[in-house]
Amino acid sequence: MHVQDLAALEGFKAEHSELENWEINDAYCGDLLSDVMGNAPSESVLVTIQAHKNTVAVASLAGIRALVICNNRSVPSDMLEAAKEEDISIFTTKDTQFEASCKIARALGRLDAGTD
Amino acid sequence: MYTLPMQEIPINTYNSPNVILELIYKLKIKDVMTTDLVTATKDTPLREIQHIMRERQVTGLPIVLGKRLIGIVSMDDIIKALDKGYINEKAQDYMTRNLIVLEDDMPISFAISYFDRFSYHRFPVLSKHKELVGMITSRDITSTLLVEINREIENLEQRTRTTSLSEEMSGEIHTYSILKHDFENAGYASTEIKKRLKSAGIAPHVIRRAAIASYELEMNLVVHSDGGELIAEYSPQTIQITARDSGPGISDVELAMTAGWSTASEWIRSLGFGAGMGLPNVKSVADDFTIESTLNGTTVVCIIELHPNQEET
Repeated sequence: MHVQDLAALEGFKAEHSELENWEINDAYCGDLLSDVMGNAPSESVLVTIQAHKNTVAVASLAGIRALVICNNRSVPSDMLEAAKEEDISIFTTKDTQFEASCKIARALGRLDAGTD
Repeated sequence: MYTLPMQEIPINTYNSPNVILELIYKLKIKDVMTTDLVTATKDTPLREIQHIMRERQVTGLPIVLGKRLIGIVSMDDIIKALDKGYINEKAQDYMTRNLIVLEDDMPISFAISYFDRFSYHRFPVLSKHKELVGMITSRDITSTLLVEINREIENLEQRTRTTSLSEEMSGEIHTYSILKHDFENAGYASTEIKKRLKSAGIAPHVIRRAAIASYELEMNLVVHSDGGELIAEYSPQTIQITARDSGPGISDVELAMTAGWSTASEWIRSLGFGAGMGLPNVKSVADDFTIESTLNGTTVVCIIELHPNQEET
């Protein structure tokens, strides 16, 4: 899927999304940034509740291309600025991380995730 | 009809560049041969074969019985037929029956040595079931080798370019001051290091390892220290990342190296840090890792190879 396909998911709102043709091949879910840093695959989307600037830094360093901020948390302006600078797309949703992850799994065609 | 044991090829096999030797052993005759075949039967008149040769611009035509090769009519045979006046006769009495053939899963080194040894311009290629599957000319070999050599040289040039870029970076030392609890600028030093490696053409998976190490060390300085510095030193083969602070020191280094163990406050944890994964993460991506800590401060040194596996390729 591509970054733009995230915007099409129900209840997902694009806060910042410019490199819409970038490929997304995988997803990761986590709030501990060290864990994300060490384990998130590159070219992925991160599902998290960590709505602050440091999440963008971690995403950029780990090669994550988009963030989905869950539980209706709002994105502070310095986070948005950082995202623009680092070419990271940000989406917000009312969904929990579980619900958002399910939608992304369907879009990625990865409903079999974890069964191998 | 017979095949010969492997003969000399025109380059020596002791100390020629590996790339070339690998190519002529790796490429099989079936990768190179022409499979779009025109054939005739033993009943085809030589005159008709002459027309087919002219039309298809080939200099030899295999004569088949079903899928089995029984002979070849070459340009020489045609000239002789015109000369001696039997051009309207059938192929069967005048074709060359004593054939030298190649097999399709032989390496092309066989074909090269055959062309070197015999004066023929083409060899028929048989499958392991002895069926005719292709023809090979030296032109087929030349053009495939050119394409493959070009690809190999491209890879070599790419690698040389990467090496020279990282040599250009060699000797650079960048020092970044990190302030206590400065979450505002956290990640700046790591991002700079990442950009520097990227512009030197370092492989993405190596950059990722350096990014993980530098970010964790940078965050440790922000979260736990009274302030310190992150130093990136570049050499042709490695990047060395040093995190040095002026206290308060780690009371139990072994405990600090245990995954999941953390002294971070609730506030720090709410920001997503303090998972107790920092130092273990650094160690896991580093090729060399040392940590020393006293009450006066902690120094962590982490070295990452910039060109892993290059010796193997």
